[in-house]
Amino acid sequence: MATETIVYDKIKGVHKIPLEEFYTSGHRTCQGCESATTMRAFIKVAGPRTVVTGSTGCMYVANTSYMTTPWIVPWMHTQLGAGGSSAIGMAAGLRALKRKGKIKDEPINAIAFCGDLGGGDMGLSGISGALQTDYDLLIIMYDNESAANTDIQATGLSTYGAQTTFTPPGSKHRIMQKRWKKNVAGMLAVGHPTCKYVATACATFPPLDYMNKVRKALAVGGPTFIHTYDPCPKGWDFHPRYSHEIGEFGIKSGLYPLFEIIEGQVVYTYDCRKTAKGRTPVKEFLEAQGRFAHLIPEDVDYIQKRVDDMWEEWDIPGVAPIKGVLKA
Amino acid sequence: MIAEEPKTKNVYEREDLLTGCQAVSQGVRLADVDVIAAYPIRPYTEVMDALSKIIADGELDAEYIIADSEHSQFEIVKHASSVNARAFAGSSGTGWCYGFEALVVTATDRLPVLFLVGNRALDDPGAFGVEHNDAMAVRDMGWLLAWVTTPQEALEHVLIGYRIAEDKRVRMPMALAMDGAFLTHSQHMVKIPTAEAVRQFLPPYDLGEGRLHPDNPISIAPQVNEDWVMELRRQNWDAARRARGVIKEAYREFNAVFGERYSSPFFTEFMTDDADTVLIGLGTVCAPGRTACKRLREKGHKVGFVSLRWFRPFPTIELRESLKRFKAVGVIDRDFAHGSPDDGGIVMHEVRSALYPLKNRPAITNIITGLGGRDVSIDDCIRMYEIAQKSKTEDKLDNFVTWIGVRE
Repeated sequence: MATETIVYDKIKGVHKIPLEEFYTSGHRTCQGCESATTMRAFIKVAGPRTVVTGSTGCMYVANTSYMTTPWIVPWMHTQLGAGGSSAIGMAAGLRALKRKGKIKDEPINAIAFCGDLGGGDMGLSGISGALQTDYDLLIIMYDNESAANTDIQATGLSTYGAQTTFTPPGSKHRIMQKRWKKNVAGMLAVGHPTCKYVATACATFPPLDYMNKVRKALAVGGPTFIHTYDPCPKGWDFHPRYSHEIGEFGIKSGLYPLFEIIEGQVVYTYDCRKTAKGRTPVKEFLEAQGRFAHLIPEDVDYIQKRVDDMWEEWDIPGVAPIKGVLKA
Repeated sequence: MIAEEPKTKNVYEREDLLTGCQAVSQGVRLADVDVIAAYPIRPYTEVMDALSKIIADGELDAEYIIADSEHSQFEIVKHASSVNARAFAGSSGTGWCYGFEALVVTATDRLPVLFLVGNRALDDPGAFGVEHNDAMAVRDMGWLLAWVTTPQEALEHVLIGYRIAEDKRVRMPMALAMDGAFLTHSQHMVKIPTAEAVRQFLPPYDLGEGRLHPDNPISIAPQVNEDWVMELRRQNWDAARRARGVIKEAYREFNAVFGERYSSPFFTEFMTDDADTVLIGLGTVCAPGRTACKRLREKGHKVGFVSLRWFRPFPTIELRESLKRFKAVGVIDRDFAHGSPDDGGIVMHEVRSALYPLKNRPAITNIITGLGGRDVSIDDCIRMYEIAQKSKTEDKLDNFVTWIGVRE
């Protein structure tokens, strides 16, 4: 299996997770924030010999305030669309300084994180540029399906039909978010054949999966990308105690596939088709959140149909929306 | 002031025929820059063509990144600078504007990257020629901003620029501006300094406790809101004020290593000793301006020309002291400021503002010319002198601004 080809320091059990924290108190994220978990987990497994940039977004504005920064590792703000380019800048600078003997030659991880608005919409070109380089860098796009710090506005990654402040249901138009969720990880993997590692993940489900994906991305070398799925109690409208469960629902329903692409080979790290119950109906996922309260059964059917299509019609299910070659 | 022989021997290794852009590339090589990010746009782009070849030939050890846009290009060098790598980028016209967000934060992060701005008219409609509005856009953002007029000056100002920008009393990014085509692509003989002489002048880049490295775990630019922004703006304001002194120091040191290259850091005067009327302008307009000056001198007119080099920080005191000697000052703007007071250009407003506290101010008049790369001829400059001379006696309030070289 391709995943075994990466030599990395695998975390083999929950009790083997490093105890030391490099993302600690000081952040002001909401109760039940999954993105804070995404932050805490990646830097825990990356360790202290790491430099980090964070794009504008809720993980900047709410997360990293002057004099109460939660970051133990060196951290720097970068602009909304500069996740990819900031990673290049750090990695290139460090490489030049090491080669020219200006700093000690040692492995230093360069990690940039950005949200779905900054990474999946505005910063896509910069991430594409980064994935074409040969620098050792990791870009993590934490996806809470909205501009979560700006009032919960829709992005190109919001689930179809979701209510946001840009897509309120009205008396004439029930659904304003008519865009289907952008498939960023699949697009980046398909478009950057020299990139050795692209993955999707969720910070808490399945346990350890995300942490080990970060470890793999950092071990494989070159530019790498991880898309994380971060349920947001405020933006998705559910009780903060259910953050983990909502993520799990989304994955089990097949709406958010978990996979990694290692040197062009797809590995399903949680295959919702192969569980005892099979793919769960998207209805269960949608019903659990207030942002879908305005949907009517035919909307749910439409979403279910598209998800079925993803898994049953696509040549690479859940990853690449291609259905083979048209016969003349 | 044109070059005199250096006092120190062997400060130059050779002399080459170089364009403005190629001269800058030699400056970047000599500054031992660590990270370069490139993105093509005319006319600045020739510097990146030259640098890619210098790197390909092993003459400079640097990371050379071809970015996906100007925004990424500028963010790359900003973040390279934050890990203590000396970094270089540049742009022109609307490309410079495309990366504007990154230009703003490079200044507010106080990262001393050096950028070449090959001045180009802003779209629309498309034009490759010089206009100064692109570089001028950063003038109030906490940038160092200077115009050079020859390839020799261009090379030297890469070294001078890094020294000033990286000085810990300053720590501001440096925009080295030059007129598109007229300087970016015009060839002159350029004396190329030796690496040893450059080492004497330009210390290594050291961001100290401000660098991003695991041994120095700091958080840079966390969210501050109204609690701290004003204090940070004040620090930047103080740095821009301190920069004036650091600039003077840098030119003194440059002259000490390379001979008396520069009589004044901020501007260069030509035939001004007994002048009563002068023109002042940025960039290559000094060439027809000086020739016109010589021709008028032959006819007995007491005219002179002032080439303004530094625009940020603005040399308020020095320029005020210099210009107060004259009866009339004609300010040449190769830029526009539509709807501004008196509908004048950007340079005029700055010069006039600097002269305002004087009790006996020279008469000021404003000339807008050479936009979009239109040629400014010697005859055009003679007309400018005549307009400035008339302003001594005429009431110019009704036609304060004259457009020269425009089809009416």
